[in-house]
Amino acid sequence: MTGGSKTFGPPVFQRKKGLAPMLRFIFGRLAVLIPTFLGVSLIAFSFIRLLPGDPVMLMSGERVMSPERHTELMNQLGLDRPMYVQYFDYLGGLLTGDFGSSIVTKRPVLDDFVNLFPATLELSLCAIILAVALGIPAGVLAAVKRGTWLDQTIMGSALVGYSMPIFWWGLLLIIFFSGYLGWTPVSGRISLMYFFPQVTGFMLIDSLISGQAGAFKSALTYLILPTIVLATIPLAVIARQTRSAMLEVLGEDYVRTARAKGMSPFRVIGVHALRNALIPVITTIGLQVGVLLAGAILTETIFSWPGIGKWMVDSVFKRDYAVVQGGLMLIAGMIMLVNLLVDVLYGLVNPRIRH
Amino acid sequence: MSLLEVENLVVEFQTASGPFRAVDGVSLKVNAGEVLAIVGESGSGKSVSMLAAMGLLPWTAKVTADKLTFNGRDMLAMSDNDRRKIIGKDIAMIFQEPVASLNPCFTVGFQIEEVLRFHTDLGKKARRDRAIELFNAVGIPNPEERLGHYPHQMSGGQCQRVMIATALACNPKLLIADEPTTALDVTIQKQILDLLMRLQAEHNMGLIIITHNMGVVAETADRVIVQYKGRKIEEADVLSLFESPKSAYTKALLSALPDNATGDRLPTIAEFLTDQQIFEGAVR
Repeated sequence: MTGGSKTFGPPVFQRKKGLAPMLRFIFGRLAVLIPTFLGVSLIAFSFIRLLPGDPVMLMSGERVMSPERHTELMNQLGLDRPMYVQYFDYLGGLLTGDFGSSIVTKRPVLDDFVNLFPATLELSLCAIILAVALGIPAGVLAAVKRGTWLDQTIMGSALVGYSMPIFWWGLLLIIFFSGYLGWTPVSGRISLMYFFPQVTGFMLIDSLISGQAGAFKSALTYLILPTIVLATIPLAVIARQTRSAMLEVLGEDYVRTARAKGMSPFRVIGVHALRNALIPVITTIGLQVGVLLAGAILTETIFSWPGIGKWMVDSVFKRDYAVVQGGLMLIAGMIMLVNLLVDVLYGLVNPRIRH
Repeated sequence: MSLLEVENLVVEFQTASGPFRAVDGVSLKVNAGEVLAIVGESGSGKSVSMLAAMGLLPWTAKVTADKLTFNGRDMLAMSDNDRRKIIGKDIAMIFQEPVASLNPCFTVGFQIEEVLRFHTDLGKKARRDRAIELFNAVGIPNPEERLGHYPHQMSGGQCQRVMIATALACNPKLLIADEPTTALDVTIQKQILDLLMRLQAEHNMGLIIITHNMGVVAETADRVIVQYKGRKIEEADVLSLFESPKSAYTKALLSALPDNATGDRLPTIAEFLTDQQIFEGAVR
């Protein structure tokens, strides 16, 4: 996920004083990202071209296009050049910060990404917050009540959630809550009744800023179902990881010490045990970010959520090479960045690594 | 009135193959200022009986006793909440593995001040002063700096000193030391035992030392209880135990000391006695 073969797992900090070792650690990790970037760029570039068809053919749609016109357009777009020339052209663009422009809309990929990413970020953030907020307490509860019906219910639900295909789960929720109960809208980010300028790109925040009555509530109802769908798998993974980490920690001597000091069960579990159990859980949460972005592609498609997931899927269908390869690079960059942050956070939580 | 009184304590664990009796009818008394040693092999129920007295056993354990009182208060009848006001304050316990017994995620300062926060009315500043005072008392150099350290930055001996300081934080009436020196190397063992004995005398505490080391018993205890397979085999003051042990088991235990070895092999209890012979002389 973070690239490089030796970077999986807890990082090792140098035993030196001051800020320097932390900076050196971050630079070291950034250096590892270079081969990862090259690999991702190659995969992004080649896989979309392995699909049958080309952008020109798909743009022409139902109408018949003469072979001459097709060749002319391919030539105009530079798609008739040898593959390696196209690849190095694309790579050269990446190095100068140019992610290319959409073949279909002619808009720069970076502009579209910047416009659409807040929608995905809002959805992903809400999903990960939901997953952490429910997953950690559920895992702790299952560990503390180990072997009881509560434990079995929680772990059974986690297994079901983890195994369920996202698109099917999304459709079930739409059928029940939107179709049968009529509580939530089916697709989009906010009701068409509301219109206000994009400030942060986060609909929940923008709707509050706009001050329009009911806008926030509307944005919230549109957000609920996609959030639940996207959070399901990370929630299950976090709950299971928390339970097993907690079970291990609860058998430790220092937990007995905390009880021998007369601490309440709440404090023993919530402070002494949880702090230690969180160390592996944080790594898991970091790894879930990749899962979230992959899940966002499906979730956004189901709910017509105008984020980068839907954007990528649409581009694949249109064989918009520039958008797919540029967008993938940007997504990969986000994942790498988050993993770097998680590694730094890991050092902050675990004093044995920090010192 | 004794500080801790236990009569006919029975601890059973529910296991897959039925109930297992870890402690079988043990009785004991400890007075203020007295040092009691409980000796026995691994699995003789030494630690379990003390953990039971403190209410620290997991819920799979079933604890019964005719009497289990601390300072005249019935520990079995009181609520968990009331018991938590006593343990950590009036009864404190230290354990075998000092490094593992301290939480790796918190500074030792946090861990010692936590006890003061819950059991006393001291303010933040006063708690810190008290922690420094305690670190000085147990012989940790540079206490101000050390308070900010994590357990992994300290040696095993230092960690046990931290544990002792934490246990003493609220001036307990009774200290239970469960194999306090077993995990430490020999020179540090001596220092920690000397420290425990000095602090015990200074505060006139009751002290229960759980050990399998006869040397530790001889050095520290006023009175000794010998346990085997969850049962009390003998109870005597330390001099008579070593000079004229009454039960066959105690005799065998003393004969099994490495000092008494002849030839290449160390002597074992099994060479001297069967279980039946051991329990024949048992006291209640």
